[in-house]
Amino acid sequence: MATEEMEQLVRREYKDGFVTDIESDTLPPGLDEDTIAFISRKKGEPEWMLEWRLDAYQQWLKMKEPSWAHLDYPPIDYQEISYFSAPKRPEDRPQSLDEVDPKLLETYEKLGIPLHERAALAGVAVDAVFDSESVITTFKKELGEAGVIFCSISEAVQEYPELVKAYLGTVVPKNDNYFAALNSAVFTDGSFVFVPKGVKCPMELSTYFRINAENTGQFERTLIVCESGAEVSYLEGCTAPQRDENQLHAAVVELVALDDAYIKYSTVQNWYPGDENGVGGIYNFVTKRGDCRGERSRISWTQVETGSAITWKYPSCMLRGKDSIGEFYSVAVTGGRQQADTGTKMVHIGEGTRSTIISKGISSGNSNQSYRGLVKIGPRAKGARNYTECDSLLIGDTCGAHTYPYQEIGNSTSTLEHEATTSKIGEDQLFYCQSRGISEEDAVSMIVNGFCKDVFQELPMEFAVEAEALLNVTLEGAVG
Amino acid sequence: MSDTLTFLETLKARDAGRGPEPTWIAARRQAGAARFEAMGFPTRRDEEWKYTNVLEIARGNFALANDATFSPAAAAALTLPLDGYRLSFVDGIFAPALSDVQGMPDGVEVVPLSQALEDNHEAVGGTLGRLTGVDFPAFSALNTAFMEEGAVVRLAAGCVVEKPIVLQFLSRVNVDKPTMCHPRILVEAGSRSEATIVEHHTGDAEATNFTNIATEMFLGRGAILTHYKLQEAPLGDFHIASIHVEQERDSRYVSHNMDLGGALVRNDLISELNGKGAEATFNGLFFGQGRQHVDNHTKVNHNAPLTFSNENYKGILDDRAHGVFNGRVYVKRDSQQIEGFQSNQNLLLSDRARVDTKPELEIYADDVKCTHGTTTGQLDEDAVFALRTRGLDEQSARGLLTLAFAGEVLEAVTLDAISERVELAVAGKLPERFNLAGLVETAAALND
Repeated sequence: MATEEMEQLVRREYKDGFVTDIESDTLPPGLDEDTIAFISRKKGEPEWMLEWRLDAYQQWLKMKEPSWAHLDYPPIDYQEISYFSAPKRPEDRPQSLDEVDPKLLETYEKLGIPLHERAALAGVAVDAVFDSESVITTFKKELGEAGVIFCSISEAVQEYPELVKAYLGTVVPKNDNYFAALNSAVFTDGSFVFVPKGVKCPMELSTYFRINAENTGQFERTLIVCESGAEVSYLEGCTAPQRDENQLHAAVVELVALDDAYIKYSTVQNWYPGDENGVGGIYNFVTKRGDCRGERSRISWTQVETGSAITWKYPSCMLRGKDSIGEFYSVAVTGGRQQADTGTKMVHIGEGTRSTIISKGISSGNSNQSYRGLVKIGPRAKGARNYTECDSLLIGDTCGAHTYPYQEIGNSTSTLEHEATTSKIGEDQLFYCQSRGISEEDAVSMIVNGFCKDVFQELPMEFAVEAEALLNVTLEGAVG
Repeated sequence: MSDTLTFLETLKARDAGRGPEPTWIAARRQAGAARFEAMGFPTRRDEEWKYTNVLEIARGNFALANDATFSPAAAAALTLPLDGYRLSFVDGIFAPALSDVQGMPDGVEVVPLSQALEDNHEAVGGTLGRLTGVDFPAFSALNTAFMEEGAVVRLAAGCVVEKPIVLQFLSRVNVDKPTMCHPRILVEAGSRSEATIVEHHTGDAEATNFTNIATEMFLGRGAILTHYKLQEAPLGDFHIASIHVEQERDSRYVSHNMDLGGALVRNDLISELNGKGAEATFNGLFFGQGRQHVDNHTKVNHNAPLTFSNENYKGILDDRAHGVFNGRVYVKRDSQQIEGFQSNQNLLLSDRARVDTKPELEIYADDVKCTHGTTTGQLDEDAVFALRTRGLDEQSARGLLTLAFAGEVLEAVTLDAISERVELAVAGKLPERFNLAGLVETAAALND
């Protein structure tokens, strides 16, 4: 791969970069108890929710921003961030797609995600989060018939306070970490999913997060609960308009799986990564955790990460229930000056718990990528099993790939395997493909796709297609 | 912090009675003391010490030994049956009576540090403390602060020493107060020289001392150095070792690190591959039982292109022992055509044993082949069954399989005296003690 081609890759313009001009009801930058009270009032939240937020804020004040990750970024001024931004909307929520702001729909058109078509054709209910407020929720009725609750978290706080109270913060406590505490204090929206006992959610649930107004942080809070025997597949995908201000994103995702429940959580993340000098781009500090509370429950995380200037993200599983299963499949692609410190935690607490970790990292340009994972086997997790594979592919000689896998094993009946490799695309592999008449670009694309195959095949179909397209766009310049 | 002061006061008391000496060494000791005072003992909040708590050392009240009295018979029983040259130290003090450096070939120098400083301190001044002074981790700094005794090994260019050079460290029972020692080993291997150094830590079974050893090894162009570290310290001893190796072009460093003893053991092994073609091999075995805590931290820094590293560590943990492995392979920007392999395998024999392992890769070049793998598990029940169908009793079957697990590391050991000793020690320490020697004889008889 020639240097020139590499530069092309680094210089590639952000494909989805545009700003939709919609009037926002935005709070001036700054964070104090009044800000939180304002958010809470704006959301029409009950008193207990406000207290919960304020408690989180107090704990956040006492905490320090973590510095252990292999990341380098200027200090974040939390008083420079605006904590609330909602698109101005008619008095009532739009009841159908026709009532939705055409500009919003246009935004989705530009992204190549025609919402109505997609919703209708793919049978996906979309809870579109535009900045911090839910704008539309479709297919609610169909889900309602099945008994599945799928709505924004703000709505859930009002309509299902008992459910929210029972589960919110039980997987990721308010004071879990710096960013989770911040999120607990100021979260503005997100999704809530509740699948009752024995119900298999009839469709895949999806939310498109989109950061829009200038200078606003996005603090999403997602809570998914599956009762005994329930199943759900949740898709999350993101793109963001181009701009220069760094944007902070500190989301929290909590999953709860009771006996025999199965939650599949898939993410395609393509936020603005900053320009070639690393200016702009999203700071993505996410806490994602699943709690396998019930016996034989299963939580599966699949992620394709191509965006963000800074990624700090460790989707994890607490394997409490006997014979519960945790899975983590990840492809991370970094270019330009992107930095990603990502991985997973598998905490084996119950007997016979199993986990699988497959992580594929591709670094190019001047980017740096780290896999940081923890597999912890408690003394009571008899017969626990873990398999970990993390492979890194380096494209170009100015990038970095690092692996920091922690393994803590506390009993003698468990079996752990960990393997990691770091390499570049072999000249012999390329030569072999080219000798069969395949162009260099196709060959690289083929090899990279093959490298990521184990993860892509875990994605739901439409996401897999999007992921492959994303990967090809990302690698376009790299291979001439 | 007050723990730090206890150590510094002991240091002050010792240095009060010191005669005139070169200023550079005093300055280096002071720098070490200042650094140690600033850093204090590491806590579990330090990433490097996440799994190892040194509070027992920090709180310990250790004296410095005054003499090197040790029963010659007991020392002889503890000495490895090796035909080589030997320097012996008792609680850090040089013991001429127990040493034997007769018939040393030309071009090689093996002397106690105190003597090297006395003979020609300028010759030592250039290198002593160069590697441990770079960023001074706390224990290296502590060692530097106390630095006065140890061993200096110098090999002239092209000098090949056939017989192993043994550095024996004996820990004895001190009735009043346990002692601490901070030995310093300095090895300078000239270009194309070749030698084997055996570092052997052992002592009275009841001893409860603290050894904080720092080693610096410089390998010139094409030098080949094999470094055995057999740590059989008494089960009550604290053992901290920092080994820093610097390798020039085409040099080869082979480390065999065997940990069998000690209550709390920590090894930091770091090799800097600074010249093309330099190669480092780290071979390690640790066996923990009772409440032993064994922590191995290794680092290979590929600072030049075309450098190679190969690491293989195996851990066997029984009872409530706690094993830690942290291996790091670092590839500097533009260090192309690197091969780095790392493997750590652990066998847990008891439900209360615990292992924490973290093999790290930190890579800034693209034309590299780096892999690491770790596994942790138990003996394969099918294999146990297979051996039992051949008429072996359960104990012997498990014992043999455990030894076979260690075998890969022991096979690389070329000094039979050491591999046999480790093999027998492991066999004797197994929960299902079995008669390895007896089995070997039976097998030999069958073959005849």
